[in-house]
Amino acid sequence: MRLATSRNVLAVAVAVAAMFVAAGAGPASTGPGEDLDGDVVVFAAASLTDAFTAIGAAFESENPDIDLAFNFGASSSLVAQIREGAPADVFASADERTMEELVEVEQIVAEPATFATNRLAIVVERGNPLGIAALEDLAEGDLVVVTCDPAVPIGSYTREVFAAAGIDVTPDSYEENVRAILTKVVQGEADAGVVYVTDVLAAGDDAEEVAIPREANVVVSYPIAPVRGARNAAGAAAFIDFVLRETGQRILAEFGFGPIDAAAATTSPDPTLPVTTAA
Amino acid sequence: MASSRKRAGAPDRLPLPALMLASTAIVFFALPFAGLLWRAPWSAVWDTLSDDGVGTALRLSIVSSLWATALSAVFGVPLAWLLARVAFPGRALVRALCTLSMVLPPVVGGIALFFAVGRRGLVGQYLDRWFGITLPFTTAAVVVAQTFVAMPFLVLTVEAALRQHDRRFDDAARTLGASRWYAFRRVTLPAIRPALVAGAVLAWARALGEFGATITFAGNFPGTTQTMPLAIYVARETDQDKAIVLSLLLIAVSFVVLVGLRDRWMSRPTTT
Repeated sequence: MRLATSRNVLAVAVAVAAMFVAAGAGPASTGPGEDLDGDVVVFAAASLTDAFTAIGAAFESENPDIDLAFNFGASSSLVAQIREGAPADVFASADERTMEELVEVEQIVAEPATFATNRLAIVVERGNPLGIAALEDLAEGDLVVVTCDPAVPIGSYTREVFAAAGIDVTPDSYEENVRAILTKVVQGEADAGVVYVTDVLAAGDDAEEVAIPREANVVVSYPIAPVRGARNAAGAAAFIDFVLRETGQRILAEFGFGPIDAAAATTSPDPTLPVTTAA
Repeated sequence: MASSRKRAGAPDRLPLPALMLASTAIVFFALPFAGLLWRAPWSAVWDTLSDDGVGTALRLSIVSSLWATALSAVFGVPLAWLLARVAFPGRALVRALCTLSMVLPPVVGGIALFFAVGRRGLVGQYLDRWFGITLPFTTAAVVVAQTFVAMPFLVLTVEAALRQHDRRFDDAARTLGASRWYAFRRVTLPAIRPALVAGAVLAWARALGEFGATITFAGNFPGTTQTMPLAIYVARETDQDKAIVLSLLLIAVSFVVLVGLRDRWMSRPTTT
């Protein structure tokens, strides 16, 4: 039987044509003034998990035709994925350095905007059984302290904080992202870790915070920007707008994030504010 | 279509469709390695390899995987013997249990190990309270994680061989006055040697490549718990060139062992 009969060639040609048509019919592109619809893929730092999930729900209720998909992880890990072509529309990072990496390789061409700030805190198990009271306690040899690799924002900030306090801490493990640190501490496998204050809040009753003095602490700025080549540029812009405006900012504050101009502010976010944790 | 008549003495030939599928499979396996070689930063290879961290990760990987293989053999061979020779109620269940970790996603294995021998684990909490022993974040934990995922490979391979082995050889040895240990050592073991070696190599390769259970249970710290796969994972985000070089190094080591051992040890011992 000869393979290349005219019928077979026609069939293949139709199949190939159909594939091209199907590939072209992705999420509908929208013009100005049209209702927003389609998928928007947001890559966000792990510490934004609860806040962005809540913001996402609010955004979707305002724009019912949009489907948000979140990919939370260590900012450095997300950068690696975007550089390799992962289909992100929006990138929200936990430090300006990782955002800069994408700007340098021109995966981000728009100007990133700071949308929130944060501070660091020591997290310990509920009840603080070991009575950890200060940064210096973490230098104790017996203590199991976990952090992240310096490539991950929290890992780099933690080193800064230790350096500023003048203490030398050898961690027992480099976890994948800030939430992994939190999990290890909450489970009791690690004695302490340094995370963002918002993460301690997110853990609720399962963890306790040991404050880091202002002089040794860092103010973390979170930038957000649309990714170049985003499949849904209009949706991306709308989401970023939403985060920067009143509703988004209110939700971020509820989860314990600081205001955009916290670097200049004199008061830190109040940890006794009621927190609405995402279900 | 070409004639399928075989000349006497000519090598076997596959039918064309089967040959095409087999060729696709070969390409499927070769392509990723080709991709690595193509992207490798050959000019920077030596600099990367002489980095301290690389030697540490490689040494840790080799030492821990050898330990895991040894433990797998010491505990796995008796287990295989038990499963192959002794008919006890629930044997099928025990066999399934012991080889479950083979099909379990490694991360799940790591999480499960936590709840067993982690600091607050079922057994681990007593280890911690009574003896002050904590496993997570130690090199011992790396060996435990690797053994957990690798041992089933050895157990299954050896069990299959033991089942196939004719018991009458062992019985003959016993009737000639050999003790059970002597019979096992001088009759059974040599007969199953290819399977034992194959199982050990499989277990070692699995242990060497172990990632999910290690990073979840043992942790990730250079020198103590950061094995080669973990080092590659970490390097991938910051220095992709380093990740590629480390990957090639690991592939080279595995390749050498697999190719080198295969022919030398896998041939059946000639019966005297």
